[in-house]
Order: sequence, then C-alpha cells, then structure tokens
Amino acid sequence: MKGSETSQMNIKTFKGGVHPPHAKFTKDKPIEKARLPEKVIIPLQQHIGAPCEPVVSVGDNIKVGQKIGEPKGFVSAPVHSSVSGKVVAIETHPHPIGSDVLSVVIESDGKDEVFEGVKPYGDLDSLTADDIKNLIRESGIVGMGGATFPTQVKLSPPPDKKIDTVIINGAECEPYLTADHRLMLEKPENIIFGLKAIMKALGVENGYIGIEDNKPDAIEKLSKLAEQENNIKVVVLRTKYPQGGEKQLIYAITGREVPSGGLPMEVGAVVQNVGTTNAIATAIKTGMPLIERVLTVTGSGVKQPKNMLVRIGTPFKEVIEQCGGFNGTPGKVIMGGPMMGLAQSSVEVPVIKGTSGILVLTKQDAKMFEPRPCIKCARCVDACPAYLLPTRLAHFSEKAMWDEAEEYNALDCIECGSCSFVCPAKIPLVQRIRLAKSQIIAKRKKK
Amino acid sequence: MENDKLVITSSPHIFDDDSVEKIMYGVIIALLPASIMGVYYFGLHALLLIVTCVITAVLTEALFQKARNYPVTIKDGSAVITGLLLALNLPPGLPAWMAVVGTVVAIILGKQIFGGLGHNPFNPALVGRAFLVASFPVAMTTWLSPVDATTTATPLGLMKLEGIPTDYWSLFIGKIGGTIGETSALAILIGAGYLLYKGYIDWRIPLSYIGTVAVLTTVFGRDPIFHIFAGGLMLGAFFMATDMVTTPITKKGRWIFGIGAGILVVVIRLWGGYPEGASYSILLMNGITPLLNRYTRPRVFGEVKKNA
Repeated sequence: MKGSETSQMNIKTFKGGVHPPHAKFTKDKPIEKARLPEKVIIPLQQHIGAPCEPVVSVGDNIKVGQKIGEPKGFVSAPVHSSVSGKVVAIETHPHPIGSDVLSVVIESDGKDEVFEGVKPYGDLDSLTADDIKNLIRESGIVGMGGATFPTQVKLSPPPDKKIDTVIINGAECEPYLTADHRLMLEKPENIIFGLKAIMKALGVENGYIGIEDNKPDAIEKLSKLAEQENNIKVVVLRTKYPQGGEKQLIYAITGREVPSGGLPMEVGAVVQNVGTTNAIATAIKTGMPLIERVLTVTGSGVKQPKNMLVRIGTPFKEVIEQCGGFNGTPGKVIMGGPMMGLAQSSVEVPVIKGTSGILVLTKQDAKMFEPRPCIKCARCVDACPAYLLPTRLAHFSEKAMWDEAEEYNALDCIECGSCSFVCPAKIPLVQRIRLAKSQIIAKRKKK
Repeated sequence: MENDKLVITSSPHIFDDDSVEKIMYGVIIALLPASIMGVYYFGLHALLLIVTCVITAVLTEALFQKARNYPVTIKDGSAVITGLLLALNLPPGLPAWMAVVGTVVAIILGKQIFGGLGHNPFNPALVGRAFLVASFPVAMTTWLSPVDATTTATPLGLMKLEGIPTDYWSLFIGKIGGTIGETSALAILIGAGYLLYKGYIDWRIPLSYIGTVAVLTTVFGRDPIFHIFAGGLMLGAFFMATDMVTTPITKKGRWIFGIGAGILVVVIRLWGGYPEGASYSILLMNGITPLLNRYTRPRVFGEVKKNA
C-alpha cells in the first residue's frame, strides 16, 4: 500500500469516506441566467452570526446592489437588494434554514437598475489587505458552500495564528451538484483572481485549488491558468465523499490534521468555496455585492435539471418552474446536496447566499427506511473520516448516555453522513450523533 | 392533501443499496460450495442434516418471536445462516433429532435470549455445537469416511492419537473425515473469495487467525500446512471468526481477535484434551470482543498527542 498518493497522477485524498453515485446530470449544462423575479424575499439573516437590521422601509424605492440590511456584530454580513423596485413588506418569512426570519420583500419594477454606489474597486495591485477584507464585508460575502460563515471573519485570524496556505475548495464532493464545476469551467479567470485577492488579504504565498478527478475539464482549464501564476497550484483529488470537507481537504492537500476541536487556521490554512471566490472576484471587478449565485437545480423530481444563475430572494418554486417544474409529485425538496442538504417543508422559501443547489427527489426516491438492528459490520467505522465509531456513538445517544458519547469524541463528528449512507441496517447514525452533540454542548453550557 | 406533504428528514437523503438481507444472503451463497461438497462426500444424510437444521432454525426463530410478541424477522436470512453453519459443523452421521436439539439451542440460547440479531455475544451456531459436544460427546465425535462411509477418525485425531499424517491433496479437496462443511478447503476458499469480493468479510481476521496458527505450529515443530487445512480452521476462519455481530468493529481489535484465536487453536490442538479447537477458540474470543472494542478505539482525526 502506498498510502494516500498514487504514483503517476499524484491524486490526493483522506482516509475513510464513501462513494455515493455521482449523479452529476448537469455537469455539461452551461449556467443559465434565471428570469428576473417579480418579487424577492430577502432574509435579513443568511449567515452564521448576528442577524441584520433593516435599513430600508416599506414603500422605499431601491435599486440592485443597494444595502437593505446592516450587520449588528463582527460575525455578520450585510444583505443587499437583488432587484430594483419597491419594498412592499418587512416581515417574518419561512427560511430554508430552520425557523422564520425577518425578511425584506421587494417587488421588482423589471428595470433592473443598478444602485449608484456600485462601482468597481479598481486594480487588485492598488488594494491593500484591509481594503480587500472591507470590501468583502461590505459586499455581504459569506461561505457559499452552505455553511454561510462570514468570509471576512475567516480572513481575519487572530495575530498569533500564522496563515500560510489558502485552499479553494473545488472538490464539489456532494452528488448531484455541479454549480462549482460549471463556475470553474465558465469563470476560471474569476477563480484565479478571487484566490489572488484572498491570498493578498491574508498575506499568504501558497494558493491551491483542489478539484476531484471526476472533473478533468475543470482541472485542465484551471491548471492552464495556474501555470501563469507562480504561487498557485491545482491539486487533483480522488473522487470520494466528503473530499470537500474542510478538514479532509486540508489533510489531502497539506498533510496537516486540524486538531480535534480546533479550526483550520490552527494549521495555517484557510479554505474558501468556489462560489465564494467567484463572488469576491465579481465584487472587486464590478463593485456588485453578493446578490445572485449559481446553483444546481436537479434530482429525479425535476423535469429539466439545470445550473442556474439566480437572484438571492427568488422563491424555490420559481426556480423549479424554470426547470420544467416537478416531475410527478415531489417527495422531498432539499437545499444543498443529498449528503448534507436540508429538507424543506415548502417551496415558498427563498434562495439564499448558501443555496448551492435545489434537489428534488420523487416520492419513490424519498422513501424512508425502517432501521434494523446493528449487525456490527463496522462499515460506518471504515467510512468515518473523523475516525470515530459511529455505531457506538449512536448506541450511546439512543440510550441517552451523553457522557459516554462525549468520551467517545462525539464532538469530533463533522456530520458528513457517510455512516448513515453506508449503514446496511439503515440506522440513522449521524442523526443520533447530532442529538448527542447537542446534548453534550448543552451540558457544557450549563456548567 | 396529506399525501402531497414533503418528506422532512435530516441528511443524508441517499443511501447505499446494500442491506442486512443482502449481506446475509451473500453469506448463504458463499456457504453453498462447502455444503455441496459435504453432501457429495457424505451423502444424503448430510443433506438431511442441512435441511433439518435450516428449517428448525427458521421455525424456532419464528415461534420464539411470535411467542414473545416480537416482529418476526426470519426473512432477514440470519436464522438460515445459523442453521446452515451449525449443520456444516456437525458430524455427517449425527442422528437428526440431535441436530434439531442443537439448532433450537443455537437460536434460543445463542441468539434470541440476548435480543435477536445483532445482540448475541457468541456465534449462535458455535453455541449450538458446544452444547451438542457437551451433551452427546460420542455422537459428536463419530466421523465417517467420505470414501466408504465407514467410521473413521479426523486427520487431527489420527495425528494426535496415532501420529498418522494425511496427504495434502486429500486435506485440500476434503476427502477426509470431519464435519459436513469443514473438510474441503477448496470449497471454503471459493466461498471465502466471494465474501471478500463482496466486501462482506474483513481479510484481517482470517489472515491473522490462520497466519498465527501457521507461525506457532512451525515454531513448535509441527507441519503448518497440515494444521491449516485439517479440522475446522478454514471454515472457522472465513465463516465464523468473521461473523460481524460477534467480532470486533475496530481494525486493531480484529487483528487481536485473529491472533488470539490462532493461539488458542494451537494450544488446544497441541496440549489440550481435544484434537480440535477452532470452535472454542472463536467462542472464547467472542467473549472478549466487547473488551477489544473498548481498548482498541482508533485515534481520532486531529487528536492531540498526549505527550506532545
């Protein structure tokens, strides 16, 4: 055994993981611009951290790119209007991540007029590290892979943490999703540009773009562009889930393990998503804040799966309609991919900054399984990229043995779902581990 | 409109299409070559024992679950495996009623009283066999010759008691005395190859188990090839020491399990009262499997080294 590196192509990876079917039906479909929505619902919280306060009132006329929500804390990000038109309501509205959120509802006037304040930030060479971080914050950019952590916070590590590596996550290891793949193919210069901006903001000399080997066209295209840069490398990754997990990606590319309970910056690495990197490049080049994103609309429950460029705030329903509508009665609508995405109770929820995909499964594909007894096959143990014993943790969780779950490192679970995917008894392993994690955290808070 | 509601579950939303049933039926398929060879060598009575054990196992499980008001799970195939494995561990001339008794014990005392599939600490088929050896010691050690159906001794018995060796080819193809399913290493290896190909067993246990026997018998001046192919080691190593439910879930635990079982086999064979020790070696290691799981937990990704 040669470990993680194979001889010829030098394909990198991590230990553990699973091989779900790729199902990348949309990989050859160019990004299509979605129709301008007639009405958008823009939640004032689309990020991890403090919600924004509205800075517009009902009846205001506003334009594309105009700020409508001002952040209240450091860990936060402003939100901007994605259409020009009139604010018709500021009210709570169903949100794709959990409960209702205060949202600004804007009726489009169809003119798509750009706000006067939207101006290019100028040449990258003329911008300082602080300029870049400020413009990223002002542009409301957050992690667009789904985690929605405010990007400028990630680019502002405490002074004692020396960052030496920036990694662009082009793994797109979630089955079905192809939005990042298409962005890398169609906007490769933006990915390189965005990476250079991030490297400059952090004062870092090593930039990597990690791409799974099921996207050879993207690897080729970006490798060509990277050759012209002296400090950017494209790294070919084995196609395996969760290759794009932050810790797995850093390990595959640098060989460094993010310490248990720690953040990537503790091993000197910062990881950014492809969509985020593109948003940074767009913001610098045009001044336009994050008001639209590329997402994949796919699954057995959609008639014409597509990659689409969609304005933030467009209801899922409208996006699905532009993909030929539902194929039969939908069983499940998921925001994100099938491994970590969030099932939705309604298609009225809006596309937000973290919507990497809308996956619709038919009733047949959404069927639920009755869990069977664990036969100790240990496939979950082999699959766990955090090297945990999911079957034991799930057992402790079921029996409310939180201390044991903590001792068996439940908090190191990255919730990738590989264990539940691979379990032949269809035991909801990661679901039970999530419960244990929340119980352990609640218990720690009490102390 | 209740039917049109969207399904809400937490992720993941897709699942591997393998299932408990597929694994169990895979094991049954893998046991077919050894079963067929057993019938070929030992005749219709061997077939009768196999059928009796399988039917008894399934019926016992169904009746027990009905009586206890549990869902009946005989379709999962695990009772079939227990019956089949027990049959393959019986002498070919055993009276059928004894096989029935052993099977009932295997299913009830070996499996169901612990809560059924997945909860039993010991391999149920081996529990049944151990019960029969203790209850009917003569019948359980009366062996038939595959050549002329007369009473004979197993190669291990011949070696231990009379010092007579058996030729390798007979050992390999199984033309020797022994239990129905253990004699033909060839048939066992065909089934084992299928299980390895399907990923239903981990190679670590058979390798460390058989490897330990080979090394130790060599160290003690015995013929390792003879010891690998004689007796129940091959059947045990590929089909019972690999039983998922009763063996460790950690890789390190599996290595220790195999090595420990290998040591026990050699100790029993060379110095114990019985000529053969494969089934007891596995049962004893089953007993310490929870401990092995506890003390061989893998290092967690990013675990901070204690001495760093």
